[in-house]
Amino acid sequence: MFESPTIAEFLADSNLASTLPGALLLTWTLILVLVDLFAGEDRAHWTPVAACIGLGISFLSNLFVYSPAEGEQIALYGMFIADAFTGFLNMVILVATLIAILMSWDYLNRADIHRGEYYILALISSAGAMFMVAANDLIVIFVALELLSIPLYILAAFRSIKNDGSELSLKSEESGMKYFILGAFSSAFLVFGAALVYGATGATNIPQIFSVVGAIIGGTSAATFYLLIGAALLVVGLGFKVAVVPFHMWTPDVYEGAPTPVTALMSVTAKVGGFAALLRVLVTGLSALALAEGGAAAWQTTATIIAILTLVLGNFVAISQRNLKRMLAYSSIAHAGYIMVAVAAAGTATAIDAATQSALVYMMAYMFTNLGAFAVVMAIEREDGSGGNIEDITGLAKTRPLMAMAMTVFMLSLTGIPLTAGFVGKFMVFASALQAGLFGLAIIGVLTSVVSAFYYVRVVVNMYLRDSSVDLQPALETPYVRWAINIALAGTMIFGIFYPLATNLVGMVSIA
Amino acid sequence: MDVTGLSLTTITLFLPMVGLAILLFMNGETQKANLKWVAFATSVVTFVASVLMWINFDPSTSELQMAQRNTWAEISLGDSVINVSYFVGVDGISMLLVLLTTFIMPIAILGSFGSHIFEERGREKLYYIFLMLLEWSMLGVFVVHDLIIFYVFWEVTLVPMYFLIGIWGSEERIYAAVKFFLYTMAGSILMLIAILYVGNRAGTFSTYSAGGDIGVIERVHNWEGEGTYWDGVGPEGESEEAGFLFNSVESWLFLGFLVAFAIKVPIFPFHSWLPDAHVQAPTAGSVILAGVLLKMGTYGIVRFNLNLFPEATVAWAPTIAFLGVVGIIYGAWVSYAQDNVKKLVAYSSVSHLGFVVVGIFALNAQGLQGATLQMVNHGISTGGLFLIVGMLYERWHTKEMADYGGVWKMMPLFGGISLVISLSSMGLPGLNGFIGEFTILLGSLGSDYLGFAFTLFATLGVIMAAVYLLKMFQHVFMGELKKPLSSEAGYKLSWSEKAAFIPILIMIFWMGIQPIVFFNMLDVSVDSIVALFVR
Repeated sequence: MFESPTIAEFLADSNLASTLPGALLLTWTLILVLVDLFAGEDRAHWTPVAACIGLGISFLSNLFVYSPAEGEQIALYGMFIADAFTGFLNMVILVATLIAILMSWDYLNRADIHRGEYYILALISSAGAMFMVAANDLIVIFVALELLSIPLYILAAFRSIKNDGSELSLKSEESGMKYFILGAFSSAFLVFGAALVYGATGATNIPQIFSVVGAIIGGTSAATFYLLIGAALLVVGLGFKVAVVPFHMWTPDVYEGAPTPVTALMSVTAKVGGFAALLRVLVTGLSALALAEGGAAAWQTTATIIAILTLVLGNFVAISQRNLKRMLAYSSIAHAGYIMVAVAAAGTATAIDAATQSALVYMMAYMFTNLGAFAVVMAIEREDGSGGNIEDITGLAKTRPLMAMAMTVFMLSLTGIPLTAGFVGKFMVFASALQAGLFGLAIIGVLTSVVSAFYYVRVVVNMYLRDSSVDLQPALETPYVRWAINIALAGTMIFGIFYPLATNLVGMVSIA
Repeated sequence: MDVTGLSLTTITLFLPMVGLAILLFMNGETQKANLKWVAFATSVVTFVASVLMWINFDPSTSELQMAQRNTWAEISLGDSVINVSYFVGVDGISMLLVLLTTFIMPIAILGSFGSHIFEERGREKLYYIFLMLLEWSMLGVFVVHDLIIFYVFWEVTLVPMYFLIGIWGSEERIYAAVKFFLYTMAGSILMLIAILYVGNRAGTFSTYSAGGDIGVIERVHNWEGEGTYWDGVGPEGESEEAGFLFNSVESWLFLGFLVAFAIKVPIFPFHSWLPDAHVQAPTAGSVILAGVLLKMGTYGIVRFNLNLFPEATVAWAPTIAFLGVVGIIYGAWVSYAQDNVKKLVAYSSVSHLGFVVVGIFALNAQGLQGATLQMVNHGISTGGLFLIVGMLYERWHTKEMADYGGVWKMMPLFGGISLVISLSSMGLPGLNGFIGEFTILLGSLGSDYLGFAFTLFATLGVIMAAVYLLKMFQHVFMGELKKPLSSEAGYKLSWSEKAAFIPILIMIFWMGIQPIVFFNMLDVSVDSIVALFVR
């Protein structure tokens, strides 16, 4: 006999409480849609305040839900997992969104776009990222990915038309369109891959996939073939989201054309979500997918090749970029390569925990540093979105010394110089690669970071060592963007100097 | 011994940061005149603190003294937990180099007191902040005994030096600064890989044992298995066997560390960044670069390469010593061919540090003691030479030797001081340079690992040093005055310039006449390293 459960039973069974951080943020955002609609023009400036409050609420609930004592919780009948991995990345996403909203506040004022929808879309996208890092099922990964991406497509095209209808130098429309078409294309790969994996294993739930993979590899059925093809298609789909070579082609154009705060947001949240899903699928789901008894996971070689290509291409092409946003786009490709090193390291059974933890630390360091760098770029842009070239920061140290100091710290952190968060990330990633026995990969990793020093240092050279040849823009920034820079700077420095903070935070993460 | 309490080493190490903090809160415009005094006072106080360390230093033990070790992080990497700790302390070698650092700093700051660079470039506050940061990070390199924290200090030295060259240097400063940064970073990042491997294998990044935890060095030395500690995979064979050099883990780890240090020293053929950096750097930058920064490389070789990888050291010793000898001859030769006086002194560093390398890889007590003393001697005399070049440049605004001549006539005191420092640099008996070079040559002659030819060609370097330094002295100080200064007052040495020379002269004579004081400091510490290489 089927009995309809009471509400209390349903809550207990589905364990909804552990989905609170993401669910609260989404609920808050949906209320905000209505509030913003009815609030009227004169109260429009309250929307970002409300957005920040929503982020704060979500952050607090995250602290309660993911207290260390709780351990791992499964919610929504196995679809959703709440463990230390989720909790840590939720915090990364929330802080990233906060910084991006502070930047946007300034940007929208400057661009004279007073649309509350902007903040709402940003929050929906972040909620999508939060569901993605908690996804325990291929279907949830797909739904969360779309929730993450679709608002970003719209945001990328947000500045298409100037208020007076004239042409804009920023190629925002092109950016949004490109991102949308290629994003939709890659989603198709992801769905097809999920379908093949389901066909081979009979499950979409990641732990269930894990439990049957061993048997499939043991047999010699067509299932092995479908499983391998399916896994490869999943990697392609997620590889597009995190922009690793050879799925990176869209990145420079989209990053350059999108409004700068949107670029900052998507360079972090989309990567965090994508890598979280990639780690869950590969490590939790397919770690037993080994072609030889006791060997490394079958996808390790693939991940290694992707990592090498990404590191080399990202870093070398960044050298020839004159536009700062384009340079940071290629640099973000390169950083995806470093995280990919950690993913590859997770293919060795003894290094799984080390590699996962190092990927998390790297993502956090990258989040603070990259958002900070984009915030500085935004602060020096002209109001029509131009003026982000490497020449435009010449002599910044004289005109705006604090801004130049912050940018220097961000560049050193991206290079991986000690006392910055970037170093801690690189240190952890390379240590895990060595533990996995991937010596060649680690050496390529460090050598390409010397290459990266070349273009990061050029920014510092232009700010400090050259005198300005072009007329510097008047300082357009408002306190909001300065706050964004300050938060990013504090994060970069604090986690760089007191790195036990970072390593202890991820100390109990284990997703195997 | 209580190793977690605050030690004198920590206090000395962080004194420059106190100065930096004070400088940060000063207004760069209204208190412009006071900035240099704060920096100078900080460096003097740091020097006093390091002298206190010396007084407390007991030369009869090779243990780390004034040590402090606090666990900083326990990084769990999967199954293994790696211990990272704040671990400072000094043995004889560290002590001497700490003294050198704190000794050179006030001199370098005094040397930039009357400099014209601030009229052109400004940003005096930033300049002194970077000097303080540089002193802190250099001291850190010499006193820290945890590989990761060592790497942190090692890399941090790059940043202030990069800015010192890049902002306050000469015409080609940007090229030189970027080259310096990229070149040295390329080397040290390979060391990071080696460090991570060592830490992973040993389960700790502490090099020495302290507070019940066994350090890497003790693990390596007390290894009782087949092959070497690092090979770890079983009886791979003895170091003499063919294939050790390129097929063993130990050998690759050795090279990982060595490349970082060889670039910093610089050992020929990694020296090409040095002339650019030296010529373009402001005077204080050159003095610190030659005086202390290059020694970080040779110190690193002694501390890490020799201690951690004894078998690989033995296997590689003749090759590296050969590069050292090539550096001696090549540096001297190129130095002689220079028309630019600053470049001449820069190349002389390549030659002088070649001696240090030969001394280290003689792998005996004389060689190592001589090498360590030569590090200090080179710091003092080449630092002095760069001060001289800087003072000449302040007055004549040229670095071309052809433009000088007859300076001695107009500036008798300055000429006399310059002569003494040049003689010290070329190794005149009775002055400090002689002691170091002589002991090194003695060491290389008695070495089990190097042949007679090494000594022979190294000795040629001593003669060549006399040739190029006398050439410089003759062209600049003797003959007829070619370019008279516009005012007579220009010929006078200011008080700060005189004051900068006094400590240098004292040390030149003291170390030349009573070297036993310094040998005593090194004796036991060096012996504990050399014990690894006794056949």
